[in-house]
Amino acid sequence: MNCIRKGDAIVFSRPPSLPAFAAVAGKREGEGPLGSCFDEVLHDNALGQKCWEKAESLLQQRAASLALKKAGLDQTELDAVLCGDLQNQCTASGYALRELDMPSIGLYGACSTMVQALALAGCLVAGGAARRALAVTSSHFCAAERQFRTPLDYGGKRAPTAQWTVTGAGAVVVQPDGPGPFLRAAAFGRVRDAGVKDLANMGAAMAPAAAETLLRFFADTGAAPDDFDGIYTGDLGLVGSRLLHTLLEKEGVRMTNHHDCGLLIFDRARQPVQAGGSGCGCCASVLAGRLLPALRTGEMRRILVAATGALMSSTTVQQGESIPAVSHLVELAAGPKEEL
Amino acid sequence: MQLNKAEYAALVKKASPRSAVGRNCVWAFAVGGCICAVGEGLRQWFLAAGYTLSDASLLASVGLIFLSAVTTALGWYQKLASRAGAGTLVPITGFANAVVSPAIEFRCEGLVTGSGAKMFVIAGPVIVYGTLAGSAWGLVWYLIRPYVGGMV
Repeated sequence: MNCIRKGDAIVFSRPPSLPAFAAVAGKREGEGPLGSCFDEVLHDNALGQKCWEKAESLLQQRAASLALKKAGLDQTELDAVLCGDLQNQCTASGYALRELDMPSIGLYGACSTMVQALALAGCLVAGGAARRALAVTSSHFCAAERQFRTPLDYGGKRAPTAQWTVTGAGAVVVQPDGPGPFLRAAAFGRVRDAGVKDLANMGAAMAPAAAETLLRFFADTGAAPDDFDGIYTGDLGLVGSRLLHTLLEKEGVRMTNHHDCGLLIFDRARQPVQAGGSGCGCCASVLAGRLLPALRTGEMRRILVAATGALMSSTTVQQGESIPAVSHLVELAAGPKEEL
Repeated sequence: MQLNKAEYAALVKKASPRSAVGRNCVWAFAVGGCICAVGEGLRQWFLAAGYTLSDASLLASVGLIFLSAVTTALGWYQKLASRAGAGTLVPITGFANAVVSPAIEFRCEGLVTGSGAKMFVIAGPVIVYGTLAGSAWGLVWYLIRPYVGGMV
């Protein structure tokens, strides 16, 4: 067996390698602090398409193709693609995969989908079910906005707690052996619902799920926050990050190395994104554009990425339901084994 | 981790930045006031052009709706509204924006199933309940009218 189960944590005894990764980001994301990290920054978020949905599919395709190109792989060399997005019925992925001839597994975990895909890809590869897999997710501000909220040209004012859906995509190749970084461990989160009903405050709805997953991971593996160079959540934004710290401190856990992908990708002082970024393209593009490269160069040695997803739909919220959330986690490291 | 919903709601409130009510009000007052001033300007202009009072008022509204539709299509209305808030929402221009923006947005889904079907997705409830409230008040007025002497 290539992995050991410790509580909810799956610890890989032979950690899968992540040989290549690619990130594509939209215009505003490209103007943000991580602009230079992305493999490709769009000048036109419509990508010359008539509809935003088509543009998002293309975005995902570009990220996937770039990752394969960087890995020097042909699409026939992949045994599985784990993909996801925010559109109803996961259509950005479905249409993107129409162009790529690979066994595909569509996933939905809202903004947590990238980590969900990466963790599952790791399990498939470690268990021998796939010799090589690709995890790829995307989100597009315009496609998400028209589906979940209001038309783009509608004159609404955004709440200061609202998060801005990132236009971006990230793709990561996963295989049993090869160069770093490595996927050391994974944990699939439990759904938590703290009773938040405000669609304009998703960070608040998701913070309890992130706290739950992190606390369990620390308890299950015996690791402590300080064992890591960074603990990255995606995407709690400003409000969710504050709440995560409060919740962890109540349990006696203090994090001094926490960052949130939604706060890293934009400069809130300069860009009007309210409480920060969100969307499964946010975590995906920050992971593939910033975090994995930093592990490869040795700038960071060991990190946790806990992506959070809000699992409601506009229908359930209109029906008076609160927002359930989940947080999946991966432990990534520069080397396969070294102990810290 | 045990989490009490009421306790968490208090934490959420504490962690959430508040809307800048003062600044928002100033913006809404100034922009809303300007839109109304434009409307009044249009009315005076139509009056000067020789229209009757009721026609001039109607044409002023039509003019504002036209301006709102054009600025919505150019993407300017949303930019102004992101600061002005209620200042752009409350005047008749806000209503026009609420109809025009989905009509543009859902053009991809076809003229009938897209623009046609979605055009009133935001304004629809306003029309439904506005009509309903008008009818209800009409009935009330019909019943009480004999007893309120002196009024027309």
